[in-house]
Amino acid sequence: MTTAEAVKAKPKKKEKAWQTTLRRLFRNKMAIVGLIVVLLQILLAVFAPVITMHDPIRQNLGSSELPMFSDGHWLGTDNYGRDVWSRIVYGARISLVVGAVAVSLGLLGGVILGMLAGYYRKLDAIIMRFVDLLFSFPGILLAMLIIAILGTSLVNVAIAISIWSIPTCARIVRGSVLSVKEKEYIMAMRSMGASNLRIMVKHILPNVTAPIIVFATMRMATAILSTASLSYLGLGAQPPTPEWGAMISQGQDFMWTSPHLTIVPGIAIMLTVFAFNVLGDGLRDALDPNMDVEQ
Amino acid sequence: MRTVEKSPSKPEILLELNDVKKYFPIKGGILKRVQGNVKAVESVSLKLYKGESLGVVGESGCGKSTLGRTILGLEELTDGKIKFNEQEIQDLKRKEKKKFVKEMQMIFQDPYASLNPRQRIGNALDEVFRMHTNMPAQERKEAVLDLLKEVGLKAEHYDRYPHEFSGGQRQRIGIARAIALNPSFIICDEAVSALDVSVQAQVLKLLKTLQEKYNLSYLFISHDLGVVRYFCDRVLVMYLGHTVEMSDVTKIFNHPLHPYTRALLSAIPRPTMQAKRERIRLVGDMPNPSNPPSGCVFHTRCPMAQEICSVDKPAFIEHEKDHFAACHFAGQSLSRVLG
Repeated sequence: MTTAEAVKAKPKKKEKAWQTTLRRLFRNKMAIVGLIVVLLQILLAVFAPVITMHDPIRQNLGSSELPMFSDGHWLGTDNYGRDVWSRIVYGARISLVVGAVAVSLGLLGGVILGMLAGYYRKLDAIIMRFVDLLFSFPGILLAMLIIAILGTSLVNVAIAISIWSIPTCARIVRGSVLSVKEKEYIMAMRSMGASNLRIMVKHILPNVTAPIIVFATMRMATAILSTASLSYLGLGAQPPTPEWGAMISQGQDFMWTSPHLTIVPGIAIMLTVFAFNVLGDGLRDALDPNMDVEQ
Repeated sequence: MRTVEKSPSKPEILLELNDVKKYFPIKGGILKRVQGNVKAVESVSLKLYKGESLGVVGESGCGKSTLGRTILGLEELTDGKIKFNEQEIQDLKRKEKKKFVKEMQMIFQDPYASLNPRQRIGNALDEVFRMHTNMPAQERKEAVLDLLKEVGLKAEHYDRYPHEFSGGQRQRIGIARAIALNPSFIICDEAVSALDVSVQAQVLKLLKTLQEKYNLSYLFISHDLGVVRYFCDRVLVMYLGHTVEMSDVTKIFNHPLHPYTRALLSAIPRPTMQAKRERIRLVGDMPNPSNPPSGCVFHTRCPMAQEICSVDKPAFIEHEKDHFAACHFAGQSLSRVLG
């Protein structure tokens, strides 16, 4: 057999890193629950027009404040006669998209700052002081300040939450980079004459992904909750947008007559946040190399 | 590939160190001022010939590894001159240095830590060519497969991750990476210390084969005197950043001049019942390298230290042909000095 043939005829593939992670994740029952809820939510968000029969925004004052399990509106309707189920489903879209955008932007900023701070000693002090500055504001206040500057809209909510995610992310990444940087294989790459950029992107970044993934998952929960909070306070989604926090805010005037208007979106928020948190917990355990030992 | 030209009559100098110093500053106080220096490598001068293996031995913390890293430029040189192929390289800028990076490589101690765990080894070797050559992908792949064969690995190992290999195999990968660019000089920093004895022998054999094939020079850093005796042509003994003795391997082992070398040699366990040898025990720890003793750095632990030793620093001079030592009483026996 020539060497070329040997390369083509690949032997049976060994388990890849992500497969190991998934296998370990599935050993954790709570994480499975979390994963299922998250996947369901994604399905809801993607197929929203298919699984709802009513427009989430169109008002129908003839059938307002219907209770749950009414004919055609199994979660009832709100004070303008809008179908609560449709609004919840479309709200899942908003929560996921705003959460994902906010977390992605936060990761982008946090990873870049964290990598630079961890890799270049001279930048470390400057970047980390800047991060401390961001840290010194209470999260929701910082978000309110940013929205006050930029104006109320969901896009600005995403930006505000992402800025607020940067310091935590930067700290996590910096810490991981500091430990990976001292590894011998980084020294080996330097001895081969690799550039700093190559070392950072190709050799450090892949080895700090685990904490980043965990952070991103947990942060999704926080981001969704913050979006809802800001919208509840009237700083995020504006009526008639079907946003969960905004729905609670509108529904609280009818707490006694139609409690489902606050309870249903409340449960939606709670389930989502819970799901992302347990999934993050499970991922943290599954990605921990010290859990390598088979049970 | 490079042809082998061994001319034992007149060896060519490949690497020359002149008064090489590496200090690590100790910063303290609110203003982070330099308050002192850890003198890791102090005035090391040596010549390395083409095709030879120079062993560097000494206790942990004596500056062996720092010396290796300083030569490669992984640590910034504090002072001194490094000549490689008759060109001074200590002040070269990054880009100019790239040429020399190809010529000088390093094999690391821990084969488990010296490979990126998230990179397939085929890719890791490929990367070396990507960084330093303009070969097209197909050619690079063939070169990598050749390399794998050269160090005794198989083509099917191309797509595997480091954790799928044993320690010896990983060290082979490390060697493959080091020889990829056809260097003339390789620093082996405790390259076999982490391996089993049987695997050590295989890896040493591989290193020897490669040396003969490509006329490589090794700077072989080790604390294992047995391995050094087997592998090296010449030996440099270091103590607290200083060069203490340097000579051919036979001279060092049979006829050491410096008391520290004698103490090191007498610490080698020997599987023999008779022949009670004089065991020189060193008392105390190595002094703090940020505050080395006056005079001869070894006088605090030397069994034959005299007054002059704490005052006057002995020069590193040639006592016999090709046999250097830094001791006022080089070669004299313990009883004679102590009278």
